[in-house]
Amino acid sequence: MNSRQFAYLSNYAIYSAMFVYTIAFFSHSVEVAFSVRHAEDSTKFEFAKTDKAGRIGTAMMILGQIFLTSGVLFRGLSAHRAPWGNMYEFSITGAMAFSGAYLFSLIKYKLRWLGLPVSTAVLLTLGTAVAVLYRPSAPLVPALKSTWLIIHVSSAIVSGGVFLLANTIAATYLILDRIESRGERNAWAKKLPSLEYLDQLSYRLVAFVFPLWTFAVIAGAIWAESAWGRYWGWDPKETWAFITWIAYAAYLHARVTVGWRGRRAAWLCLFAGSTFLFNYVYVNIWGTGRHTYSGL
Amino acid sequence: MREKTNELPLGGIALFRWVWRQLTSMRTALFLLMLLGIGSIPGSLFPQRTQNPMKVREYLASHGSVGTWLDRFKFFDVYSSPWFSAIYLLLFISLIGCVLPRTLEHLRAIGKTPPLTPRNLDRMEGHVFLTGGDLDKAEAWLGKKRFRIRRDEFSISAEKGYSRETGNLLFHLSLILILVAVGVGSLLGSKGEAIVNVGERFINTPTSYDSLAFGKFQSDQSMQSFSLRVTDFSAKYDPATNAPQDYTLTVAASHPIGSAQKNIIIKVNSPLTYGNTKIYLQANGYSPVVTVRDKSGAVSFHGAVTFLPQDANLTSIGAIKVPDMNPQIGFVGSFIPTYDRNSKRGAFSAFPEVLDPRLLLSAWKGNLGLDTGIPQSVYRLDTSKMERIALKQLAIGETLNFGEGSITFDGWRAWVNLQIVDDPGKLYALTGAILAIFGLLLSLFTRQRRIWVKSGNRVEIAGLAKNSAPGLSGELTELKKWMEDEL
Repeated sequence: MNSRQFAYLSNYAIYSAMFVYTIAFFSHSVEVAFSVRHAEDSTKFEFAKTDKAGRIGTAMMILGQIFLTSGVLFRGLSAHRAPWGNMYEFSITGAMAFSGAYLFSLIKYKLRWLGLPVSTAVLLTLGTAVAVLYRPSAPLVPALKSTWLIIHVSSAIVSGGVFLLANTIAATYLILDRIESRGERNAWAKKLPSLEYLDQLSYRLVAFVFPLWTFAVIAGAIWAESAWGRYWGWDPKETWAFITWIAYAAYLHARVTVGWRGRRAAWLCLFAGSTFLFNYVYVNIWGTGRHTYSGL
Repeated sequence: MREKTNELPLGGIALFRWVWRQLTSMRTALFLLMLLGIGSIPGSLFPQRTQNPMKVREYLASHGSVGTWLDRFKFFDVYSSPWFSAIYLLLFISLIGCVLPRTLEHLRAIGKTPPLTPRNLDRMEGHVFLTGGDLDKAEAWLGKKRFRIRRDEFSISAEKGYSRETGNLLFHLSLILILVAVGVGSLLGSKGEAIVNVGERFINTPTSYDSLAFGKFQSDQSMQSFSLRVTDFSAKYDPATNAPQDYTLTVAASHPIGSAQKNIIIKVNSPLTYGNTKIYLQANGYSPVVTVRDKSGAVSFHGAVTFLPQDANLTSIGAIKVPDMNPQIGFVGSFIPTYDRNSKRGAFSAFPEVLDPRLLLSAWKGNLGLDTGIPQSVYRLDTSKMERIALKQLAIGETLNFGEGSITFDGWRAWVNLQIVDDPGKLYALTGAILAIFGLLLSLFTRQRRIWVKSGNRVEIAGLAKNSAPGLSGELTELKKWMEDEL
């Protein structure tokens, strides 16, 4: 197959992934929104009935992941390089990392309910990528031709995916915390885990991926040293990567040494995650640094 | 005790000790860390002189007094500003004050036994009375699991996961190493740029540079001895998108000067390295070659003049100054590598490679202003005391007659911008970064926990996990089973 055919194949795979994620979105919506009361005891719920919708959702998330991964793969094959040359490619890979982080955590933790926010975020990201950010597949500019592209960008994207997952959990924590402070949880919220569980889970995800993010920043510095003549130059992207690093370092310290838990920790987690998103959106689109290539 | 230390004491040493204690507290360190993050934000929102001095000038010109005030607070030199330096120096001191005492404490704790078993175990995690077993049996299990053990007459206190603190300290010490490395690099390093035309030679002495900055404790004595002759430069562009695809620079290099020349290829991601000094290919452009003759036809100037690229298709502008003619003559020029024109934009470049070049020249006569003592850009002509006398667009070989003489567009040469950096701190920074990651992994993935066993009327066990790390209850269950002979 030639470059052009791979490029078409990649586009079809991305469209198919969007279709499948849409089904996943509706299945998870059904799972969360509908609660079947127990036939005899109306204060209890029968979760077995909505469980099926949840399982369909997970199946669709896996199928979507397969389509999305092949979309990214074909994109790379069509350009003969790692598919990380512009914002369209970062976005589809980022969506892949985010839903991948979700599926991996699903093996160990009970967080199927997260499928709803995850599929929503993936659909929005892919939609923006296809509608706004799309650029035809093209070779890399000379500055990007380096093995460090693969090392630096892959670790940054995976860290981003897990950070955003931790953010989604922290946001869920805050919503449920709000609901609980008004009284008992709503019917749909009863399916979700306890506050302590969410609190611990978002911490564990951050603690797990913080060394990887540190590595991504350091790999970027090593690459910058060989491409731009300095390992650190306060380029806007570098500055914001540093701010994200500081924010998560503060979050870890606040938990481990100062003993922050619950609401305050969740807000700090959300803040740290938003510096990552700001870096991605603001610096790529309106920034003037050296991380801007090929338009976007 | 705590309330007392928070009051501001009077008197020299007491005040110093109070300030030191406040500065090296964890809370202050965290606050300074956050402050460093917040302090670095303006540098990403406003243009910075170190990165883009032109943008700073434009900003100042278009924002009036707001710009002036921002400049007063160093918003265009954030990372070298006094307030930013103050934050990171305080953080640096605070970090040292935090970490060094803890390191000593940790070193002293090596080989020491865990602290005494607490009196009441029932307040601890997983407290349970056992139906069997004794201290010897517990000690065997804990020893097998590589716990540190303190055996007393009626109790055992065991601890595991000291490497959590080891990793933690290693991480913070590595951060200090990185900060030191940054300091070494900026005090003992140098950084310079030079534009060299293809065919020309660059000798590594301060006068060869267009700009060169030394660290505070660095001088030209320590510059590496080398010379480079640029033998070839080729740039490839995508014909469909005009995007650059490859830059290859070939130099004939002698290191040290005078030794045999070697042909070396420099690319964007592979600089030439001599010890701590690296030579990078940073930018490229074109120098039109011209000959200027006076009225009698004698050559007043001949050579390649460096022009600066203005867009992705390398439309370049520059100035040609001929002070030896009478009156003095200057030209404002625009070099178009691949000529095209339309009604909207006029003449423009359609491709970054030189396929159909044009040189657009306007000739000026009068006073070039070179002897006023005010430094002038070589790329701009100060036309305030000059008068325009001619204007023409030239293809290669064509000549413009401007009354006082003539100028011929003979051809062009490519130029490359070499960035030459000497950073002796780099290796320390890299070492620090690698150690920091190791420390981080060690501290985040090691579980630190204590287990106690007490024998009285009945045997009881309990534990405590630092930072409520998971897994302790499983261990306690296993110990219980072992003690009660279920394993």
